[in-house]
This record gives sequence, structure tokens and C-alpha cells, in this order.
Amino acid sequence: MKLNTKRFIAGILIVSFFVYSIVIYTVGTRVDKGEKYVTEQAKKGKLLFQKKNCIACHQLYGLGGFMGPDLTNEISALGKGPLFAKAFLMAGSERMPNYHFTETEIEELIAFLTYADKTGVSPVKKFKINYDGTVNWKGKDETRD
Amino acid sequence: MEPLTGKGKMKRETSIYFILFAILSLLGGIAFGILGAFQFVIPKFFELIPFVKCRPLHVSMVIAWIFLSATGGIYYYLPRYCNVKLFSNKLQKIHLWIFILTGIGVIISYLAGKFGGREYWEFPPVLAIPIIISWIIFGFNYFKTVFTKTEPWPVYLWMWGTGIFFFLFTYLESNLWNFSYFRDHLIRDITVQWKAGGSMVGSWNMLIYGTAIFLMDRIQQDNRIAKSRLAFIMYFLGLTNLIFNWAHHIYIVPNAIWVRYIAYGISMTELLILGKLIWNWKRDLTKSLQDFHLLSVRFIIASDVWIVLNLMLSILLSIPAINIFTHGTHLTVAHAMGSTIGINTMILIASCLFLIPDVTKVQFSKRQSLTISIGFWMMNIILLFFWVALILAGYHKGYMVVEDKLTFQEIMLKIRPYLMVVAITGTVIFAGVLMVFVPALKLIKAYLRST
Repeated sequence: MKLNTKRFIAGILIVSFFVYSIVIYTVGTRVDKGEKYVTEQAKKGKLLFQKKNCIACHQLYGLGGFMGPDLTNEISALGKGPLFAKAFLMAGSERMPNYHFTETEIEELIAFLTYADKTGVSPVKKFKINYDGTVNWKGKDETRD
Repeated sequence: MEPLTGKGKMKRETSIYFILFAILSLLGGIAFGILGAFQFVIPKFFELIPFVKCRPLHVSMVIAWIFLSATGGIYYYLPRYCNVKLFSNKLQKIHLWIFILTGIGVIISYLAGKFGGREYWEFPPVLAIPIIISWIIFGFNYFKTVFTKTEPWPVYLWMWGTGIFFFLFTYLESNLWNFSYFRDHLIRDITVQWKAGGSMVGSWNMLIYGTAIFLMDRIQQDNRIAKSRLAFIMYFLGLTNLIFNWAHHIYIVPNAIWVRYIAYGISMTELLILGKLIWNWKRDLTKSLQDFHLLSVRFIIASDVWIVLNLMLSILLSIPAINIFTHGTHLTVAHAMGSTIGINTMILIASCLFLIPDVTKVQFSKRQSLTISIGFWMMNIILLFFWVALILAGYHKGYMVVEDKLTFQEIMLKIRPYLMVVAITGTVIFAGVLMVFVPALKLIKAYLRST
């Protein structure tokens, strides 16, 4: 392969990387179904979620550690909800340490989980598999339990 | 002839420190991994360092092993084997010191329970600054060095340069969450985080696979493969995947649908890589087996086997219809562990076992070689059980989650036997790694004493 050909292909790919990145930062991630739940409290809750490294054990959209459950829809899940979450945040459990959160911190974390809950569904339990190996991504929010 | 210092001793190679700290990092990383694995199955196990600290310690130290060993190798191979003079030894030393001091800072912050960052980079974000500076220094030193080379570059020089360049950008990208435009929009935040993370893995794979090609080129004294058209086609295919295939990690996240279609389509081009590997399997293996007695070659051959196994798994996990069952399960962990131990670590051990005797000018004794060989077989055979246990745990968890009849706790109880196998086999793998590295550490210790 000639040097100029290699340079040309590498150049095209590097430019593609930057263009694609900008597209992802904008139109690729424009939609946020939970937008109106992004309160100051939820923003603080998200930072607290990071500071306590909750993701080491929990997941959002199936991403994170597997010691504890996925928290994406913890707030709207049947038999769970804000009070259920609050109980764990106040006392911990056999596997979850008691972080001695203040009342304000608990409210912030619940506000963040409420926002996360409105953005989508995880795990997806009802879906249709298409012939090309894809699933019904379009309709997945309608299949929410 | 080695340059001599004023006292008549050999001049000490800076790269050996990269390798030394890489090995120590790996041993620490696996130890914390084992601790975390047992905490998974035995609640309250060793509460002094809870899981929330063990996991980041495990991940960060293993990542440090990858970077330190790959970087140390590149610094050593460039002036010795690539017909170039390293632009600056001083910058190499500065790079090493920044890396070590930042690493110590990261470990202290984890042990103190000070987090604030994101998954895989959980330390307080201020520590990202020296990491970025160190990679700028590395990139500057690397490109100033290789741009003096007038003859056509072998593919591994392209791969190393690509790895450094893309790591720097993806690492910067992974820190975009510090801006509220990204942080306050959960879907954008997760998407960008996994875009950066996915491409970053591709960038360090460039450093590692480049090292593997370099080693085979050197050992077999044949640079035709590293300059062949096919090698460059595979390199560009790998680069395309680095840029576009990351969204297979986040099919479930409700970003634009075309992001997922692009990732799915590009991920399937990995079938070409798999096909090429299988097509040339017998020829490549026959050639490599002639050098099986060489320790480095042995680890490269093992990595080839693991590449095929993990590539098959990775292609399957990239199919959305399968991914919907496997996402968020231990199948993903099987893929991550299989790649990190089976591919990356095997190649980097090969590099260490090539580099250490080359630097120290002392070969492993027969007894040491035997110990390393036993460690090699132990690691690879037990890794297979470890990998399969994770696959089975993931398969059962995925099925039970979608079936939606059991609670999270009930599911975890059902897969507990598999996770126990993971913890036990992980411990045996650690013993295998120790058997490989104790002789290597002895050579380094003797070298450091004599220089």
C-alpha cells in the first residue's frame, strides 16, 4: 500500500472521528424524555451518586457493577418507589453500606433517580426481534412494565 | 555495548521501571479483583476494603498494568529495534514520574473513599490533569522520534501512534461530563461516556496489538508481514471499529436510533477479522509453533486462541437480538475479562519476557523457564473455566431477567455457584501470574542492584 494511500485513509478516518463526535454530542443525543425532571436537586443527586461511587455496585441502563440492582426504573417499579429507595438510603442492607446520608442528600438522590426513571426503560423485558437481528428499539418505551 | 556510568556500571534503562511498576500494578490489581470476587459471594467479606473500593482499585491497577507495560515496551523498542533515536530520555523520565505519582494519588483516593469520577476512572477529576499531561508528553516524544524515520513505517509504528493519539482524545472526551451541557442530560452523558470508553479500549488495543506484531516481526526476523498490504487493511478496519462500533455497549440507551444501526453494521465487519484469523490459522500457527520453545512466542500463541474465542463472543454480543438478553449480565464481564487476561495480558507478558532478558542481558535459567511454563499453562487452562463460568452466570441471569419472575436477590442467589467458581479460579490464575512474574522480578532486582 502506498504511503499517500495510507495517509489519505487515515486522514479520512480521523476527520470522520471528529465529525461523528460532534454529531453525537448534538443531534445523536438530543432527545431527553425526562427533561422536565432535571431539577437542581436532581443535578446535585447525580454528583452525589458519583461521589459515593454507587455505580461500583448498581447500574443505570445495565451499565455499572452487578452487586446491586439496576436503578434506572427503581422509582416506578412495581412494589418499589421513592419510599422503598429511601429506606435503603437511610439504613443500607446486608450488602449495601449505610452511608449515613442526610435528609437533604436522600432527597437529592431520589430526585436524580426520579429523573433517570423518566428517561427510558432498563432492562427491556418486552420486545420484538426483527429478521435482521435488530429489536424494536422504536417501540421499546411503549413496552414499559 | 552498553553505555557505562561513571562508576563503570551499565546505564540503567528507564523502561525497566515502567515494566517493574506494571508488574506490581498487575499483581495488586488481580489481588483486589479476587477480594472483590469473594465479596460478591460472601457478604461482609474483608470489610476493611469494601467492594465499593475494591472494584475501582482492581480496574485502575489493571489499566495501569496495560499502559505501563505497553508504554515501557514502546520506549525500549523504538531506539533499539526501529532504527530511530528517542527524541528525549528526559521526557521519558518525566512521563514515568507523573505516571507513578498520579497512580499513588489514585490508590490513596480510593482507599480513603474519595471518589467523584466515573466508572473505570472513579478518582476525583482533578487527577485527570496529570494523566492528560503525561499522554501529551508521551505523544510529543513518540511523534518527534518516529517522524525522523525516513523509510516506510511498519504497521506497528502506525498502531502505536494511533493508540497514543486516540487515547488522548478519548480520555479528554471521557472528562466532558465536567461540563453541565453533558452532565445534566443523562442520555447524552451516558452515550458520550461509553463512546469515549469504547473507543479508548480500541486505542489501547492498538498499542497492544502493535506490540504483538512487533514481537513476531523481531522474533521471526521477518518484517514483510508488518509492512504487508493485508496488515494495513486490518489496521484500518480496526481503526474504523475504534471510531464507530462503541454503541454496541449501549443499544439499550435511548439515543438516536441510527447511532445503534451504525454500531451494529460496523461491529459486523469484525467478521472479516475473524474470517481472516480462521483462514490463516493453520499457516500462522504452524509458523509460530516452530518457536513455541520461546517463552514470548508461547504467550503470543495463547493470545491468538483467546482472540478467536473473544471475537466470536464479541460479535454475538453485538447483535442487538442477542444483546438484549446479555446486556447488564456477566456475559459482558466474560468478554471484558477474556479480552483483558486472555488477549491483552498474554501479549504484554510476552513483551515483558522479551524485554527483561534483553535489558538485563541475563536469560532465564532452566528452572525459571520451567516455573514460567507451569504458570503459563495454569493461567490459560484455568482462565477457560473462569471464562465459561462467567458466560454461564451471564446466560442464566439474562434469561431470568427477561423472564421476569424472580427478584434481583433471587437471581443473584441462583447464579452464586458460578460466581464462586469465578472467585476460586481467579485465585488460581493469580498463582499462575505469580509463577510467571516472580522469576522476571528476580532478574529485574539483580539488574537494578548491578546498575
